[in-house]
Amino acid sequence: MDKFDCIIIGAGPAGVSAALTIARKGLTVTVFERGEYPGSKNLFGGVLYSTVLNKLIPEFYNEAPVERHITKRRYSILSKNSEMAVEFDFEDFNHPPFNNSFTVLRAKFDRWFAQKAEEAGAVIFTETVVDDFIYDNGKVAGVRARREGGDVYADVVICAEGANSLLTERAGLKKKPLPHQMITAVKEVVSLPKEVIEDRFNLSNNEGMALEFFGEAVKGMIGSGFIYTNKDSLSVGVGCPISVMKEKNMKPNDLLESFKSHPVVKKLLRGGKTEEISAKMIPELGYGNLPRLTADGLLIVGDAGGFVNPSLYREGTNMAMYSGMMAAETILEAKEKGDFSERGLQGYVKKLEDSFVMEDLERYGDVPEKLSEMPQLFKEYPEAILKLAKGYFTVSDLSKEDMHRQAWNRFKDKVSMWKFLLDMYKARKAVL
Amino acid sequence: MSILQPLEQKTLSEKLFLVRFKTNTESHLKVNPERCKVCKDKSCIYICPAEVYKMDEKENITISFEGCLECGTCRIACEFIEWRNPKGGYGVCYRYG
Repeated sequence: MDKFDCIIIGAGPAGVSAALTIARKGLTVTVFERGEYPGSKNLFGGVLYSTVLNKLIPEFYNEAPVERHITKRRYSILSKNSEMAVEFDFEDFNHPPFNNSFTVLRAKFDRWFAQKAEEAGAVIFTETVVDDFIYDNGKVAGVRARREGGDVYADVVICAEGANSLLTERAGLKKKPLPHQMITAVKEVVSLPKEVIEDRFNLSNNEGMALEFFGEAVKGMIGSGFIYTNKDSLSVGVGCPISVMKEKNMKPNDLLESFKSHPVVKKLLRGGKTEEISAKMIPELGYGNLPRLTADGLLIVGDAGGFVNPSLYREGTNMAMYSGMMAAETILEAKEKGDFSERGLQGYVKKLEDSFVMEDLERYGDVPEKLSEMPQLFKEYPEAILKLAKGYFTVSDLSKEDMHRQAWNRFKDKVSMWKFLLDMYKARKAVL
Repeated sequence: MSILQPLEQKTLSEKLFLVRFKTNTESHLKVNPERCKVCKDKSCIYICPAEVYKMDEKENITISFEGCLECGTCRIACEFIEWRNPKGGYGVCYRYG
């Protein structure tokens, strides 16, 4: 069988970004995708950040199947039956390039993106699962696909297999992640008429909103709930570290149902119809636990590499695309030198280190760990703060001063002020 | 239906029924019955978003792999679950994602 310049495992954002970049330079590149079509196995919460995509395909938003651009953000803390929220609305994000943030449904979007790589000359084999690498003297020399004539060879392989990184682990580049290093998120797509979404969330045409919920949204555990507006549907979901759900014997679907039935959330979903349920793991490995990203003849990109910013910024696909693009550029350089050894591919790591990817992972990579040391942020504090606020707003015959004093006394019964202020400071440092 | 009516509550199996699956004949998930016997936590039973793992009357773990959403959570939660990708083109096939 012929040998390709490059084989890519997985037609998600990372793999396709790499394929597109390599194909454009005229190298032969083939992508193996185990789904029926690119995107059929792919999932995320819902917001695509697109600074990298906009470089790969300038003004992609004019042709790509994006849902809405995000002009509004809302961060909310829930207690059992109250909410405290802060909302932002930026009219400046309502113009190209729309702040490079779009809601997207991946089954549609990834398919479109993969087509772009095909148009550039990449060959994508769908319905093809790769079970292992083929080694030649310790160097990755190809892949073993589960189909007839499944041994396929290349100078170099890019592994873009995603968060469930069977191959990366098998190759010894990564330890199997521990339960606290992975988040499991479940999501429902809930359809609603376009006009209802725009009315309910106060959006004009194609404007979108990202709503994040903490506290009781996930039963006071570390994690969050979300609602993102698509064109005529909402992406509604919750995510928590696997370790936390294990500790509480929590069923992810029960957690999602509990979020959906919170009085605040319930109102936002009225009239909707559930169209699909989906689940995905999100890697939060921590900066110190990132896998080895290169081996002889092999590069790891995207979720398999652990490229997710777990802070409030929640950036995954953009980092994935950047890692794919940098892997591709490294391969183009290696091709010129004819050196696909690990040493020849080291430029990849350097490129990531010099970019926002590693800088942000270093800055935010240990956010989940820091937050896990302060579980009170998600349970005791939200309850106490909302009770305090309720005390301020509950109309009574008391003088306002008495009202405030009582509210504060109740708050201080529950919460040590010093610890509270210190925790707030630590949390802010950890998250933003 | 009125836009003010609450979102219809669906059970997990009703929701899974909305998802498109191309069902393989062979399970891509495997438990280790010896380990299951001595496992106290049995986290597979609750941690799976699709509740693929169930315990039968004889306390054996059964696997309804047909409804697997392929997230991989069980593999992280349990040391002993063997996870293999389903055959190409089989398994979950998201229409929205």
